[in-house]
Amino acid sequence: MTYTEPVVEAHGLVKAFGGTPVLDGVDLRVERGAVLALLGPNGAGKTTTVRILATLSRADAGTARIAGFDVVDARREVRRRISLTGQFAAVDDGQTGRENLVMTARLWGMAPRAARRRADELLEAFDLADAAGRRVATWSGGMRRRLDVAAGLVGRPEVIFLDEPTTGLDLRSRRRTWDLVADLAGGGTTVVLTTQYLEEADRLAGRIAVLDGGRIVAEGSAAELKGRIGEQRLDLSLTTPAAFDAVVARLGPRAAGGDRVRLTVGVPTDGSALHVRALLDEIDPARDAVATFAVHAATLDDVFLALTGRAASEPMLKETADV
Amino acid sequence: MSDAARLPAVLRPAPRSRLVEGRVLAVRCIRLTRRDADAAVMALALPVMLMLLFVYLFGGAISTGTEYVTYVVPGVLLLCVGFGAASTAVSVSRDLAGGIADRFRSMDVSPVALLGGQVVASVARNAVSTALVVVVALLIGFRPHADALHWLAAVAVLGLFVVALSWLSTAFGVLTRSPEAAGGFSFFLSFLSYPSSAFVPVATMPGWLGPFARNQPVTHVVETVRALLLDRPVGTHAAWALGWSVALIVVFAAASGVLYGRRAR
Repeated sequence: MTYTEPVVEAHGLVKAFGGTPVLDGVDLRVERGAVLALLGPNGAGKTTTVRILATLSRADAGTARIAGFDVVDARREVRRRISLTGQFAAVDDGQTGRENLVMTARLWGMAPRAARRRADELLEAFDLADAAGRRVATWSGGMRRRLDVAAGLVGRPEVIFLDEPTTGLDLRSRRRTWDLVADLAGGGTTVVLTTQYLEEADRLAGRIAVLDGGRIVAEGSAAELKGRIGEQRLDLSLTTPAAFDAVVARLGPRAAGGDRVRLTVGVPTDGSALHVRALLDEIDPARDAVATFAVHAATLDDVFLALTGRAASEPMLKETADV
Repeated sequence: MSDAARLPAVLRPAPRSRLVEGRVLAVRCIRLTRRDADAAVMALALPVMLMLLFVYLFGGAISTGTEYVTYVVPGVLLLCVGFGAASTAVSVSRDLAGGIADRFRSMDVSPVALLGGQVVASVARNAVSTALVVVVALLIGFRPHADALHWLAAVAVLGLFVVALSWLSTAFGVLTRSPEAAGGFSFFLSFLSYPSSAFVPVATMPGWLGPFARNQPVTHVVETVRALLLDRPVGTHAAWALGWSVALIVVFAAASGVLYGRRAR
């Protein structure tokens, strides 16, 4: 197998569960040693995409290849080259950290001695050696997640899939996991991860694919994505709920992240005085609706909102509001 | 941390022994059972409690033609293995509901090894609880008349039935979506012992229940074990017991595999 082609490649992946479409034509391409983040809200199809790539689920249509091997026809060759760390921890609470890793290494095909050696290596590397002899049930969430990722690395895979690796972790554990992913990528491992956190995608991934409703609605580096919607954003504070309604109505689809309680709303802008002045005149002709304004650099949040019409950091709120 | 992570990628060795996988996973299941204190206490205490209950509370009112303790011990053994095997359903569904089955599948670990490991652990678990019941039974007056060969035959018949019930539970565990639902299965499986000759002679049951009670596998297994331990003729029960067990194993091991494969999508 030559390494000129992408390590992960997907064309037109389609998948439906019980008549409900989940993926609606997903294309992906990841180069060797790159980190790709699949960014999207709950239900966007992130996990389904990863499961198809990791041979756990079969697409209704479309093809995917890992290191040149088809994920359906050459499933076993694919499985020799990947590791998956899913959303649900794949470690046993009733076993110690070391027992979990030795077991996984044995299942990978290592002899008992090599398996123990590899387990100790990983425990050391992931800063888990002190707790290695205790049952995982007594560990913190961050330690378990690190063990989970470590278990995925016993065999030194070419491609690592991490499904929401930091969901539910505190900030410190999240940072450690980020360092770990950066290290892996630095060492030439290809990483495909999913996340709901824009900051995480921004920090970790060379490329970000924004997934919404089963389609990739945008792909590029964080800078490229930000560049798409204008570099700046104008944040307005409004005087009354009535003023808020009037301004949002005038803004129409340009309104970003409106909050009727706090009476704030954002608008993309190029940051020039000319544009800001014209915009203020347009949305507030009577000059009594806008109390204050501020211009700041666009975040991936703004990108996400512009692309999907939803705030990515508030998927839960959005869902509740829909009910 | 970097060193371990930075070594070059290595292919997983291609042909691996499924037996090693099965052994590693059986050891895992046995270890997990041993450390699940609540389950271990239940698995060991419940059968003994039930035996005491039957012998001392109900025994006086049930006439079987022999000492009731001698009549009922094989029945308690059946109840005990039904209960023990049923917990396999919970373990299996827990594996599938959590991430571990996905990890194993993405590593190409054979489903037979994953599910078979659970069955092996179930057999080991039942061996311990069965031995405990027998010891307590001997203490409270159970007097079998069996030589070593008969004991061995009784253990084999019971053991094969444990394997059968364990595969049945495994299939159910793969089928259910949650460990809670799988937990309900233990109720069903342990209940199977009551409408049989395990605790009371079938002749004392209402007519409509008789045909079921006479022909269901628990009756055949319990009668075979009883006959072997008490040195009576086994009659056709042994053949039926073995036939039932083998049939259940074939059907539900296959069903487990098919259900597992289907769930995988």
